Amino acid sequence: MHAEEKMTNETWPASPEKATLEAKNKFLGFWFFLGGETVLFASLFATYLALKDKVPTADHALSKDLFEMPLVFLMTMLLLTSSLTSVYAMHHMKNFEFKKMQLWLGITVLLGLAFLGFEIYEFNHYVHEYHHSFTSSAFGSAFYTLVGFHGGHVAFGLLWIIVLMIRNSKRGLSLYNAPKFYLASLYWHFIDVVWVFIFTVVYLMGMVG
Amino acid sequence: MANQQSTSENPRVDLDYRRKKNAEDMRYQVITFSLMIFLTLIAFAAVGFGDLSNWFVVPFILLLAVVQVIFQLYYFMHMSHKGHEAPQLFLYSGVLVGFITVLAFMTIIWW
Repeated sequence: MHAEEKMTNETWPASPEKATLEAKNKFLGFWFFLGGETVLFASLFATYLALKDKVPTADHALSKDLFEMPLVFLMTMLLLTSSLTSVYAMHHMKNFEFKKMQLWLGITVLLGLAFLGFEIYEFNHYVHEYHHSFTSSAFGSAFYTLVGFHGGHVAFGLLWIIVLMIRNSKRGLSLYNAPKFYLASLYWHFIDVVWVFIFTVVYLMGMVG
Repeated sequence: MANQQSTSENPRVDLDYRRKKNAEDMRYQVITFSLMIFLTLIAFAAVGFGDLSNWFVVPFILLLAVVQVIFQLYYFMHMSHKGHEAPQLFLYSGVLVGFITVLAFMTIIWW
């Protein structure tokens, strides 16, 4: 199947994200990248666990002083819901409904932006209320590196989805751009996978002590 | 749930079938999502309200996280579908190296 071919409901294949050779290669390469990302985040988690609550003096805030459940819960719900909305977007992509896919991707972007906004508020709050900063302690460095790297991934994922939406807004769906949308949504799910471990290992285990 | 749809020579015929299959797949995704929300609620409740010992709570919420991530990988990221053998190899290799890294950092670093 030719990638730029004008498609119809009838000619749209069952797995448009893997219909061309380029798409198959992208699919494989992207999962390889996700395997590498797993190792990257695992090493950041390992560093965090080794340096958790390691502060130079007793007046530094520890994890049980810092984290507040309502904010973390809200952020978790936002990101989890945005994962579902991107599933909806890919559902419409497979049904060859471009407008609906764009709409659900738009909702995903809004939820992601809300998440990012709360994260910026959170970091700002820690720095100003608790003097918990990147340079204040080993704990601070490990915390901001891990959670900040995740936040960076969220920001990059948002940028990625927005660029795809704008670039293809007048093109409609084709076998050329369907794999692009699909991989962006895989990336978005992976960000949520990492967040599941962050809210469990960093925040919930931090509150437990 | 292998949602590998028909690749017959006449796609016009099975368009309805494919639409139905996609809709069914989406229903499973929504069920998966509800389960994930439920697991999240339990994890937060176990820490927030439960008067439980740390020896129980920490492994418990880690287990909930692992289950939730399996849902995310196998349903949201379609790893349960056919043609995901290489992705599984890549991801599990990453998980293995990651697990060893975490284990090493938690046991050999101290001060």
